[in-house]
Amino acid sequence: MGDYPSRSANSNAGGPAVTARHSRVAGGGVSPIPPDDQPLGGGGALPKKSRFSMETGFRALSTSAGAMVLVIIVAIAIFLISKAVPALRANTENFLTYQAWFPNDDQPRFGIAALAFGTLLSSIIALIVAVPVALGIALFLSHYAPRRLATPLGFAIDLLAAVPSVVFGLWGRDVFLVPVQDFSVWLNHYFSWIPLFGGNGPFGRSILLGSLVLAIMVLPIVTSLSREVFQQTPAMNEEAALALGATKWEMIRTAVLPYGKPGVIAAVMLGLGRALGETIALALTLGTVFNISFNIIQNGGNSIAANIANTFGEANDTGRGALIASGLVLFTITLIVNMAARAIIYRRREFRDSAA
Amino acid sequence: MSLLEREQPGVAMTPDNIRTRKLPLIVNLGVAVAAIVVSAALVLGTSIGNWVLVVVLAGALYLVGLFVAATRVEGRRAARNRIWQAMIYSACVLAILPLASVVWTLVSKGASRLDADFFNASMNNIGPRDADGGAYHAIIGTLEQVGIATLFAVPLGVLGAIYLVEYGRGKFAFAIRFFVDVMTGIPSIVAGLFILAFWVLIVSPWFNNGTPRFSGFAASLALTVLMLPTIVRSTEEMLRLVPGPLREGAYALGVPQWKTILRIVLPTALPGIVTGVMLAIARAAGETAPVLLVAGGAAAINFDPFNGNQSSLALFVYSQASDSSRYAPARAWTAALTLVALVLILTIAAKLLARRNRLS
Repeated sequence: MGDYPSRSANSNAGGPAVTARHSRVAGGGVSPIPPDDQPLGGGGALPKKSRFSMETGFRALSTSAGAMVLVIIVAIAIFLISKAVPALRANTENFLTYQAWFPNDDQPRFGIAALAFGTLLSSIIALIVAVPVALGIALFLSHYAPRRLATPLGFAIDLLAAVPSVVFGLWGRDVFLVPVQDFSVWLNHYFSWIPLFGGNGPFGRSILLGSLVLAIMVLPIVTSLSREVFQQTPAMNEEAALALGATKWEMIRTAVLPYGKPGVIAAVMLGLGRALGETIALALTLGTVFNISFNIIQNGGNSIAANIANTFGEANDTGRGALIASGLVLFTITLIVNMAARAIIYRRREFRDSAA
Repeated sequence: MSLLEREQPGVAMTPDNIRTRKLPLIVNLGVAVAAIVVSAALVLGTSIGNWVLVVVLAGALYLVGLFVAATRVEGRRAARNRIWQAMIYSACVLAILPLASVVWTLVSKGASRLDADFFNASMNNIGPRDADGGAYHAIIGTLEQVGIATLFAVPLGVLGAIYLVEYGRGKFAFAIRFFVDVMTGIPSIVAGLFILAFWVLIVSPWFNNGTPRFSGFAASLALTVLMLPTIVRSTEEMLRLVPGPLREGAYALGVPQWKTILRIVLPTALPGIVTGVMLAIARAAGETAPVLLVAGGAAAINFDPFNGNQSSLALFVYSQASDSSRYAPARAWTAALTLVALVLILTIAAKLLARRNRLS
């Protein structure tokens, strides 16, 4: 999985060396080949093409397609900023600290504080719930389950990842709400002395419901990524641990987990990125309140993405700009999280291919 | 011998006790039954919870009891091994529960409106008191938007992957590969906002006498942004699996590199590429947020993706879910069932295709 037999030798051997000559004849200022790249063979007898070379054209085409990705990322930043700045200018409150969202008034007042807090809180709770379970399943699939069970179960987990988020949102609102409500009432009855579970209700459409739905959605991502990492543990390490008399769990703790640690960290951060950006599931399950509160069982909670989906319909020009500004914040956060995750994966190059 | 005697005085090395002693299964089951009984008595006796708490408490008691019993018989390390194994197994059961619940709800609630009317009617002129109405317009929207997005994303993605595998060298290629990976994590709502700022608010007024206009085409642009990195990644992996000697054979025969790529490399990797494309389509078909932001949603049938609001299946689910009509939830669930069926058929077909792929 880790090495690329096809990559190193072939493409430099034949193609570019011959065609470099052609492209120079064609006057290819567009050619990305450096001019000091001399032909390897004595190609003097080859016919010279005077017309535009297909090779140059195809190379330029594929290069520009590859560059499209960079262009899109830069364009996202540019266009979001260009639409966000007028709205931020019109804002009469501090965008970063104000805790309400009235961008459609004559005196627009809006701030991201409550939204960003809700986004982070729901994502973190989702990860706290999902990661241990996901690692358990990953270990089960890679080391405990018999092969006949591991394959269909892994397939089921992959299918769970394919289910659209709006379906989870609908399920969370119509089905999962009732047990979470009962659980919240129970928590409030016995544990209201903990600030997390305080309050006088109503309960149900809370951060807890949103986070649990998010956790179910994050689970398959973290599972499939960590499973791949765990499966790549060198058999030598595992056998060495077992040969020293380790029990199965000790083998996992001393051989599998240390080996998979960077991959697991990266998987968790990718899951965090997915949780931060999740829109519709939270728009359907959260109670949409603009305040900063650590109470997770009372109706309330909001997130940047859910707020965009909920208030986009009645937004005017400034309102749209304000939503785009909040989207810019979300973009920045997810970009940082994703880049950190990818940097961790890239440092351990073995995992690079398995990170989908 | 002497070592062993020092550890466990009084143990003679007979064949009976040279093996480690195992916890008998009957003890294991006994601990489980005892845990259930104790927790049921505790919870229901003091009435602090219902059967869910009984199960949770019984699980915790079982773990503790098992640890104590196994420590006495097998020793501390083996006991810890048992506990972790039990916890890993229960994590698996815990994850299957919501999946089963989602599937069950989808089928049981979605079947109520699964009739011909649902697939042949739109929501035009359907008031809150009307029980009928369907998702025909939404299905049209999904097919058109995803189709156009595929037309954009597949050539771009495949060409980008060709660049990464066949031509890309050095820092530029590394940067592209890195940002393709980063781009897979961009939230769909940000892609929607990008197309909103770029296409709907800035470009579309040029074609529409200066007023911004929602369209299905804008939605397909947003879906393109979401599909592109997935397609680049999967195609790149497939192209890397094409054996080097195939390329070298073509070069040795004097075939230029572009022709080698188009005639030799791409056909060899084609099944894998198609798998990746189908997975990307499945993901794009389920996206709600970008369609909500740039296509606007509509109740009537609109075949023209370039002109006027369009809906999509995922957006239909969302809008019916937020609708206050008492018939809306049934429509939402049936649409969700249709959407999941579409996505799952694509995903399963892609996985089956991948299994037949000779390269991987």
